Amino acid sequence: MQLNQLLRNPRLERVFVTLLPLVAVIAALVLGAFMLILMNADPIEAYRDGLYEGAFGTKNAVADTLIKATPLLLVGIGICISFRGGVINIGGEGQMIVGGLAATWLGLEFRDASPDVMIPACLIGSFLAGAIWGGLAGVLKAYFNVNEILSTIMLNQIASLWMGYLVRSVLISEKQKNSASPIPETDRLPREFDLPRIGERLDDIYKFFGLPSDKLWATTLLHNGIIIAIILAVLVYIFLWRTTIGYRIRAVGKNPRASRYAGIQVKHYVVLSLVLSGGFAGLAGGIQVLGVRHRMNAEGGAIAFTGNAGFNGIVAALFGKLHPLGTIPAAVLFGALLVGGNKLQRVVQVPSALITVLIGLVIVFVVGSDIWTRRRTQRRVSVDGAGSEAQPETEGIT
Amino acid sequence: MPNAKLLPTGQARIEHMEMRGIVKRFPGVLAADHINFDVRAGEVHALLGENGAGKSTLMKILYGLYQQNEGDIFLNGERVFIKSPADAIALGIGMIHQHFMLVPSLTVAENVALGLKSSRGLLLDLDVVTNRINDLAKTYGLHIDPSAPVWQLAVGERQRVEIIKALYRGAALLILDEPTAVLTPQEVDDLFVTFNQMVDDGHALIFISHKLHEVLAISHRISVLRDGKHVGTVPTREATKQSLARMMVGREVLLQYDRPPVEVGPPRLQVTDARAASDQGTEALRGVSLDVRAGEILGLAGVSGNGQRELAEVIFGLRPMTGGTINIEGRDVTGQPASILNTMGMSYIPEERMVDGVIKDFTVAENLILQDHGLPVYSRNIFLRPGAIAQRCAELIQNFNIRTPSQETPIKSLSGGNIQKLVLARELARAPRVLIAAQPTRGVDIGATEYIHQRLLDQRAKGTATLLISEDLDEIMALSDRIAVIYEGEIMGVVDRANASIEQLGLLMAGVRQETTAEQSA
Repeated sequence: MQLNQLLRNPRLERVFVTLLPLVAVIAALVLGAFMLILMNADPIEAYRDGLYEGAFGTKNAVADTLIKATPLLLVGIGICISFRGGVINIGGEGQMIVGGLAATWLGLEFRDASPDVMIPACLIGSFLAGAIWGGLAGVLKAYFNVNEILSTIMLNQIASLWMGYLVRSVLISEKQKNSASPIPETDRLPREFDLPRIGERLDDIYKFFGLPSDKLWATTLLHNGIIIAIILAVLVYIFLWRTTIGYRIRAVGKNPRASRYAGIQVKHYVVLSLVLSGGFAGLAGGIQVLGVRHRMNAEGGAIAFTGNAGFNGIVAALFGKLHPLGTIPAAVLFGALLVGGNKLQRVVQVPSALITVLIGLVIVFVVGSDIWTRRRTQRRVSVDGAGSEAQPETEGIT
Repeated sequence: MPNAKLLPTGQARIEHMEMRGIVKRFPGVLAADHINFDVRAGEVHALLGENGAGKSTLMKILYGLYQQNEGDIFLNGERVFIKSPADAIALGIGMIHQHFMLVPSLTVAENVALGLKSSRGLLLDLDVVTNRINDLAKTYGLHIDPSAPVWQLAVGERQRVEIIKALYRGAALLILDEPTAVLTPQEVDDLFVTFNQMVDDGHALIFISHKLHEVLAISHRISVLRDGKHVGTVPTREATKQSLARMMVGREVLLQYDRPPVEVGPPRLQVTDARAASDQGTEALRGVSLDVRAGEILGLAGVSGNGQRELAEVIFGLRPMTGGTINIEGRDVTGQPASILNTMGMSYIPEERMVDGVIKDFTVAENLILQDHGLPVYSRNIFLRPGAIAQRCAELIQNFNIRTPSQETPIKSLSGGNIQKLVLARELARAPRVLIAAQPTRGVDIGATEYIHQRLLDQRAKGTATLLISEDLDEIMALSDRIAVIYEGEIMGVVDRANASIEQLGLLMAGVRQETTAEQSA
């Protein structure tokens, strides 16, 4: 294979491997283009005027993309921790919900307190709620040998049902409670508790430098959540690679036996992985409440609140190679696909399912390219190792 | 006389097999570089080389498991194309693999018949197979009961089944891939008797090994491979251990070590009546007692799978004990986890280093700090100190001669010898008071083996109490002060090295307890 020859050069290989996710995205879009043609839509129009315009065409579009990217990024950095720790956390949805419930309850219960206290309190509360929800699965795995994939999925259901119950009973707004056909929603949180919009802060900066105020950014809904998420991504990167705790989490994830031999308390770190992972998903829920929704609404079930971010965050993390910094652009990309996809279906009049298909294709290609690189390196490492029994027999022919 | 050309099995002889200019490329590696190799009827041609030298690749090409990129194979002067093991078998080439390819729940006869066409179509012809096995067994002195289930057989007997299987399929040329690796010295002797018989009858044998004394004992000619190249072929009577080692490694190698006398101190590790279960739940340790003193190496000999791994894990707190006690320098540490033992000056070089000893996906530096990453040398509060780690690791890499492109290289791309040096560096740098070294040189090339042995002896001179667990009697004899032999989870005897002989150890390894050795152990 000529590609193999080319990749002998280690530098070229690194560039190639880094760019592989992009190649996967392009491949998915090309395949999507064929599907658009089959639906009698013009793929160039769909991608340019729909997908791109919708995601990045205006300041509002960019803002929308980043708003959608925020929960993806927060869930994603949590996933980086848990997957690096060898734990498959599929419970992002449930952890987001309990995080959202915690933030909502705190915000409504202490609605008269100062926002300087309450905004951090709500966010910390949502983190802790998600951490407990994730930690539950961690304890079950570490001490009772319960598979975390099953337990986290089931905890999603439980969280969703709790949300339905709480929002219909204790948390429901007075107005709805007394109405003839009550909508299951809480009161709106006090406006002072809204996460500050980035635009407002930007205007201050513009003023400081004597520039004309930029009204357009000020009107977008983009809130500070994205800044918080990016800062946390950097902190999690430092945590995983520059601290002893992060080192142990990664060691346990890669080889629990050797970790035990090294004297690491493997069970503690399994639990910790899920606690932190759940915490970040919970925080995603809390930021959704303070930054976007400002209340909980049980209509439409879990997905109406999470927007599937609990699952899509996993994809973003995998796309970012389970690296918190790589997850930042990955989350923005998936945010853009979600937002741009909305516009795409309006522009070329195709069913909304197409964008789901497109995202699915991206996932398939990314996962496929990942398996491909892994097998390539494995093949090279095992070459003529004395004990290497299984050589693909086609090897000699290529 | 046409009969002279036939083997006792009725098969035609392979008078001469020749491989000419064999080249085999794997992506990024030249595994075989224009290798010439030949073998004649009536001789044992040994193929010697370190791991990765290309022995297995060459033989897998001959047996049809790989296809060569260049070069030809000739049988009796005629060019042949071997595309699969089925082709090889049809041409009279058989291979005995290092790991036996037998079904334990089936009988010997059933294993031999497996994959063969029955002479009665759909019906089994086990009685025919049984008779033929008995014939073969008689001809070659391979005593075996065709109706015995394989799981009941000892390792040496299973190997006989493999040989019979190959002979049954008409092998005139047999490739033997490290056939002695799992045998006791007595079993090796028996095996060599069989080999000599086969050679006398006109078989051609290719004997792959890295044990020099065995190669010298059995072969007629020796070919040495290094880095995929053919270094040379010498008649065995002109070869010595020293000359062969030099050919394998490409430089002079020490085969004997200086062992300066060391003042032996008080016992540092005492194991009393240790009992534990294996992973399968069977009794792996049935009351093992031993003690290792400061400045001494206690060799634990035994065929693998007799409880060695369990003993090491029990001592290091990785496996629960069902009875007995462990003492470190007089302190009872029974049931203490590895995290505690790590802080008490205990070091353990595990047998399965790729599984237990290192994290494959971690870098060289990350693996070097596996136990001690939390100590002030490597971290402050919870923050690792990359500068300090890099500096310390650079020292270790240099001092222990670890060949790696950089500290940031994932260790899965290092060679086995270098990974073992890394483990050794990490464990010895912790200045162990008690060291358990399990199979420290298994799968490691001669150069690295020599190095590891020297470091273990250095450690002995520093007063470390070392428990050396090894299947390699040469290694045990070269390094130990006293030798204990384990068999089926029991210590069969402890002897001073000065009084020990290979024969005596071999008997103990086979479970034959001698009164005299028992007395010596006191």
